[in-house]
Amino acid sequence: METKLKKVDIIFEDDKTSPITILEKTIKRSADEIILDLIDSGLKGRGGAGFPTGLKWKFTRNEDSDVKYVICNADEGEPGTFKDREILDRVPEKIFTGMAICGYVIGAKEGYIYLRGEYNFLLKTLQSKLNKFNGELKQKNIDFAIYLRSGSGAYVCGEESALFESMEGKRGEPRNKPPYPTVAGYNSKPTVINNVETLVYTTMICHMGPEQFKALGTNDSRGSKVFSVSGDTPIAGIYELELGMPLNQFVDEFGDGDTKAVQVGGASGHCVPRKKFNDTIIGFEGIPTGGSMMIFNSTRSMYNVLHDYLEFFTEECCGQCTPCRVGCQQLLKGIEAVKRGERSPSYLDDLKNLTTTMKIAAKCGLGQSVGNPFNSIIDNFREEIIY
Amino acid sequence: MTTELLVKELVEKNGKSRNSLMPILQGIVQKEHFLSEEAMLSVAKELDLSAADVYGTASFYTFLDTVPRGKNIVRVCKTITCHMKGKDDIINAIMNQLKIKVGETTHDKKYTLLTANCLGWCHKGPVMLVNDDIYPELTPAKAVEIIQSYGKE
Repeated sequence: METKLKKVDIIFEDDKTSPITILEKTIKRSADEIILDLIDSGLKGRGGAGFPTGLKWKFTRNEDSDVKYVICNADEGEPGTFKDREILDRVPEKIFTGMAICGYVIGAKEGYIYLRGEYNFLLKTLQSKLNKFNGELKQKNIDFAIYLRSGSGAYVCGEESALFESMEGKRGEPRNKPPYPTVAGYNSKPTVINNVETLVYTTMICHMGPEQFKALGTNDSRGSKVFSVSGDTPIAGIYELELGMPLNQFVDEFGDGDTKAVQVGGASGHCVPRKKFNDTIIGFEGIPTGGSMMIFNSTRSMYNVLHDYLEFFTEECCGQCTPCRVGCQQLLKGIEAVKRGERSPSYLDDLKNLTTTMKIAAKCGLGQSVGNPFNSIIDNFREEIIY
Repeated sequence: MTTELLVKELVEKNGKSRNSLMPILQGIVQKEHFLSEEAMLSVAKELDLSAADVYGTASFYTFLDTVPRGKNIVRVCKTITCHMKGKDDIINAIMNQLKIKVGETTHDKKYTLLTANCLGWCHKGPVMLVNDDIYPELTPAKAVEIIQSYGKE
């Protein structure tokens, strides 16, 4: 099943209902009802991994603990993604409301927004809007408060357990899982950690009911999603689109007429070449994305694209596990050696095997997903890497 | 203000627990542009941590520099879309203007030039951060003008 490309307006919609009114209305209902609505809506995490949000909240609610936390992951660092910045800038109250609803549902009294250091210019306005929101919560006797934390320029801290480590004053090195955050997250307490966009959708689903959301998208990919469109396009920017569209329609709408490939899901995502546009669906049944859509036209060298990505991973790898630390370096050195003719083209196949090792043995999503861009670019543009 | 006093002030504001370490280190960088050995030792003492723990955390993060930096830190985005939109021209223009290479600091300690991974403005590249301020849709001339404006302060 697939849908047609359709623009929607849920995230930034201004229907004059203040977020705090949505909150007051929502918390009159039981926590179990809210969870059922979220599960029914089919909402999956919008950061990229796609875990069902309702289940995440349910698992955390079921944990027996006096202290629980709600964390908004605003450490948007995936190359080509900039939609969370726009959401934080334009509709922050909808994020706060989602966090407060979550606090009510799981029984948490504290929420944190972990904002990437590169977005520090947003801190001042966010803090003043937060002060106002926290004040309103207090006035209405809602026992929940939200605090701001800043990152310091580490991509890997967008990985949830690395983010907890960072908030605890440590190096941002991902933890082993399990235990999952729903059991032991920040300060080893049960924690819901959601992406910025996911939290806004929870607010909007509580406001409009699950039906309207569910009516959008496909069986596996319900609802809509905010896409960050960049690269060789005349209309780069933020677009909220229904999930489940075929990539060719996306390219027709956003491409410059000469699109050679689209990188879906950022540096850690998949590169789709022109010949596969027709059979690629953007959604959890096809290629999922945290929102990043980078368009390349025929003037671009895919060697340069892959080289950029590998440099990125080599620099952003936290260094604690060997498969990722050594793997990223060797992949980068490897394609350079093939390009210079110091290694034979068949060395690329050895490197592909290395990504399989990384996928199995790396500790976190960073190392596990380096194979996505690597293999999709090598498989589809091998000649550009060699010559 | 001496570094020791600054640390004391930040500890008072953020608390003595390990969870306060990041905000404290970020506060020092904001004032002194990098984390000196003195600053890290003083944080370790205040929070009752080993100096190695403080250095371990500090050295992990790109924005927590442990080597001296200029008053204004310029970070030009070098990730793919900004690369495609001409970040090399921007970097070259700034290098010519400041007479330094990427990673270096000017003699008057006014500027440090660095590159950064994706700053989240891919639709408006090339882009750079000067301290916490963002400048999208750059041209070489525009970048030079912006850098100059920081010299006047």
